[in-house]
Amino acid sequence: MSPAVWPRREPLDERLLVVDAAAYAVRDAHVRDLPSLLREGDLLVVNDAATIPASLRASCPGGAQMEVRLLARGGDDRTWRAVLFDDRDWRTRTEDRLAPPHVDPGDRLIVGDDLDATVLALDPISPRLVTLRFAQDGAPLWSALYRHGRPVQYAHLAAPLDLWATQTPYGSRPWAVEEPSAGRPLCWRLLASVRARGVEVAFITHAAGLSATGDAVIDAALPLPERFDIPDATVAAVARAKARGARVVAAGTTVVRALEGCAAMNSGSLVAGEGTTDLRVGPSHRLRVADALFTGLHDPAASHFQLLQAFAPQELLERAYAHAEREGYLSHEFGDSSLIARG
Amino acid sequence: MDMRGLGALVTGGSRGLGAALGHALAEAGARVVLVARQRGPLDEVVEAIRRRGGEAHALVADVGVKEDAHRIAGAAAALVGDIALLVNNASTLGVAPLRPLMDTDCEAFEAALAVNVVGPLRLTKIVAGAMALHGRGLVVNISSDAAVSAYAEWGAYGASKAALDHLGRIWGAELEGTNVRIVTVDPGEMDTRMHADALPGADRATLLRPSLVAQRILSIVRAAGALPNGARVEASRFAEAAS
Repeated sequence: MSPAVWPRREPLDERLLVVDAAAYAVRDAHVRDLPSLLREGDLLVVNDAATIPASLRASCPGGAQMEVRLLARGGDDRTWRAVLFDDRDWRTRTEDRLAPPHVDPGDRLIVGDDLDATVLALDPISPRLVTLRFAQDGAPLWSALYRHGRPVQYAHLAAPLDLWATQTPYGSRPWAVEEPSAGRPLCWRLLASVRARGVEVAFITHAAGLSATGDAVIDAALPLPERFDIPDATVAAVARAKARGARVVAAGTTVVRALEGCAAMNSGSLVAGEGTTDLRVGPSHRLRVADALFTGLHDPAASHFQLLQAFAPQELLERAYAHAEREGYLSHEFGDSSLIARG
Repeated sequence: MDMRGLGALVTGGSRGLGAALGHALAEAGARVVLVARQRGPLDEVVEAIRRRGGEAHALVADVGVKEDAHRIAGAAAALVGDIALLVNNASTLGVAPLRPLMDTDCEAFEAALAVNVVGPLRLTKIVAGAMALHGRGLVVNISSDAAVSAYAEWGAYGASKAALDHLGRIWGAELEGTNVRIVTVDPGEMDTRMHADALPGADRATLLRPSLVAQRILSIVRAAGALPNGARVEASRFAEAAS
């Protein structure tokens, strides 16, 4: 499938691949059809994480340059896990990038006059996966991060993205280092139609991490544990939906991960509050909360495709993807969407 | 609206009404983020609020610049959590001293629109989007009587504030049913640097103190749930909040 290389103008005109595991059927639709594909009483859950500009240019003690991609916040705003890259940028495919300059714990990485971080530790799985601690905190830290950072992006895109292009229409908590892009087409006109259809809309926050690094060892470990927060109102909305026999539709794999991760930690039920999940949803995962998934189309080799198999059999998904490829659907964060309902 | 613990974002926070609102909101228990272009005066306001036991944070940014909008909203949410109150207070005369439209550069007029109309539109798009998802929030746009009365030589400012007023009405119509409200406030003539830039010869004794107007706006914020969505109100009709 070809990737979309740039944002398109009208999300409602984008295509929607409908995969119905119960009917074992695939059909074509458009994003504007989403309200009619949902049922009255369904609950749509979105991720309200805003996207941080998580790519920073930094110099090491010897003066060598590198790109630092923040991966996940640690115990506080100053502490982050990050992946180091060579001195090139997103235009080079991640798998073609060379090893970054070697760093040791205690090294200071300088991003700018007003932003620098100390390497606290290297991860046992790879010296490119590090824990950093910024020297700044509070408004000086966040101002500098937003001023120096660029959105994380990949080589399939045509040009540098500005931060506007990486936000969902409703995102607000700056937790994600890549856009939770399933929500990108959920413009307010569409959300209003969804609500008018009798579908409730609720939210969680999930700190979407990096989708790929190009480093085989790190990529095999992705997604790393990710932070989530589920409000009381969403726990209650899910309980109401389940009680009336309605479906919970997750807008994106990050929502699946938050809901299923939370349920896995609490004997199958949702508990409001913050947590961290290392759950990897795959073919053998028994879904406890999500009944359907509204999501983008991604590389069938990626962990994304593993997650889809919790909703529909591999054979049906492969058929759906082959159909989408023939029909010219576009993949990746600015591409077309799919709605996958489990059997 | 109860202010305690509430995230509040105020633009134009280094002087005048914005600084006074920062103080008033922090005293009422809000967690305040102030935005202004110049670091020095902004830091002074934030330090003064903190000395009085309030919570305040300084973000140096320009609401007239597109790239700054997500920087402001993202950093503010990182610092104080959900923004439940946005006050679009920053504004510019466009050109000072004031002059007839015939003598006003088109670029100066565009600059007034960028800061007084497009900037608030951008920030509101971002912040009200989150408010609508979360099912609560209030946006306050600070306007002027120059939006209603056609004063000679106030062309850039007056036209931009009239556009802001109407933007507020349309937001009000579109936000119906979301539990997010928008209100436009005419603060009255205040003793501020902007006023001095516009009318250098004015008798300052006749002008309102920004701290008094800030207390009236607090009353409006508390009463906003009872106002029609998109309403335009004059601050002088509201009593100062009991603090």
